[in-house]
Amino acid sequence: MKDGRLIPRDRSAHPAPRDPDYKTSVLRSPTFPLLTLESTPTEETGPRFGHAELGPLDDDLIRNWTGGKAKAIGERIVVHGHVRDEHGRGIPDALVEVWQANAGGRYRHKKDGYLAPLDPDFGGAGRCLTDEAGHYAFMTIKPGAYPWPNRGNDWRPAHIHFSLFGRSFGQRLITQMYFEGDPLIAHCPILATVKDRSQVDRLVAPLDMKHARPLDYLAYRFDIVLRGRRQSHFENRPEGL
Amino acid sequence: MVQKLTNNRETASQTAGPYVHIGMMPSHAGNPGTFAAELGTSPIQEGAAGTPIEVTGQVLDGSGNPILDAVLESWQADAEGRYTGDDSADPKITGFCRFAVDPETKRYRLETIKPGPVPLPDGRLQSPHIALWIVARGINIGLSTRVYFEDADHESDPVLSRIDPRDRIQTLVAKPQGDGRYAFDIRLQGPGETVFLDM
Repeated sequence: MKDGRLIPRDRSAHPAPRDPDYKTSVLRSPTFPLLTLESTPTEETGPRFGHAELGPLDDDLIRNWTGGKAKAIGERIVVHGHVRDEHGRGIPDALVEVWQANAGGRYRHKKDGYLAPLDPDFGGAGRCLTDEAGHYAFMTIKPGAYPWPNRGNDWRPAHIHFSLFGRSFGQRLITQMYFEGDPLIAHCPILATVKDRSQVDRLVAPLDMKHARPLDYLAYRFDIVLRGRRQSHFENRPEGL
Repeated sequence: MVQKLTNNRETASQTAGPYVHIGMMPSHAGNPGTFAAELGTSPIQEGAAGTPIEVTGQVLDGSGNPILDAVLESWQADAEGRYTGDDSADPKITGFCRFAVDPETKRYRLETIKPGPVPLPDGRLQSPHIALWIVARGINIGLSTRVYFEDADHESDPVLSRIDPRDRIQTLVAKPQGDGRYAFDIRLQGPGETVFLDM
């Protein structure tokens, strides 16, 4: 068996590109069908990132904004999980980038003008690489929910944005992690763009008491699956291809 | 009932949202210093071999208005068509860049070198191209496309040759502006909609 083409993307695992309940998607979704083709080296290769490019506090959002001088306000949590491909194999050295609102539901972004104040000790961005088995972990505070202009009274459930690089540019994925038990999950039009209920459930991280540390932090587990590469058991290529 | 295939379906995508910059390009969000070094600030280093080029354009929504919150990523081969990871690839070319729409000019800008043609495993050549991935608020799953150049072979390139109707090929061809500058607008929807790829 050798590494082959990328496994074709199962679009039913993903959100509908156009969903009227998420209004911005209506004018930002293509109307022509996507052109579906087998992957080429362009999609099968991708950038490599190494530890030399990351800083020692990049995976600690509680302390990284102040360089360790002060700690962010909020419920202390560790978020950890396994990044693997569609064959279940862990992906080492995958770049995991995260960003989130502070404990009051406010982003440190010049375009966010929500009423909740900025926390002077919280930036809201972090990153890390998975280890040789595909595991990652970072320390942060639980973000707050916040309202946003969409329908009459829409609120985002508490969530953390994730960006992932595997080994191939064609594996590129951005998603969001939600928290077990959040009542706003059932009302969120962005989460509801995913039409397959089992795929929605997989975006909700369970509380993971086995990884919590007494008198310090709680833990949530969020596993992520990226596209895999086809394994060729038999080579039966039609003539000329 | 049957044996269950282990559930290793790909995790569902979600929109990058309007605040994507704080995580991927903090300087652009007004937060310089978040990280000691941001990733993908340039696809080339000093001494990269090849013809310098600049690709600029707008990202337009279905009503023709420019999208100002989009973040783009590019991935390309070196001037000889080799990707990073290939032992013989130009070590001065990482091939990866991240860039955002400038709120003042309403355009994105990519400074790089022109990539070479990339061979397929069967020996066919892909015309020189740069892969693009576009995310923004309202884009529920990142959009993939390619920038080709005016010398692209429309008939033999494995992607361009499959585009139907044929006049849509022009949506993937950057327009030369002289001095190595190219214009490449991305239309998410409507007249002149860019061809987006599922590869």
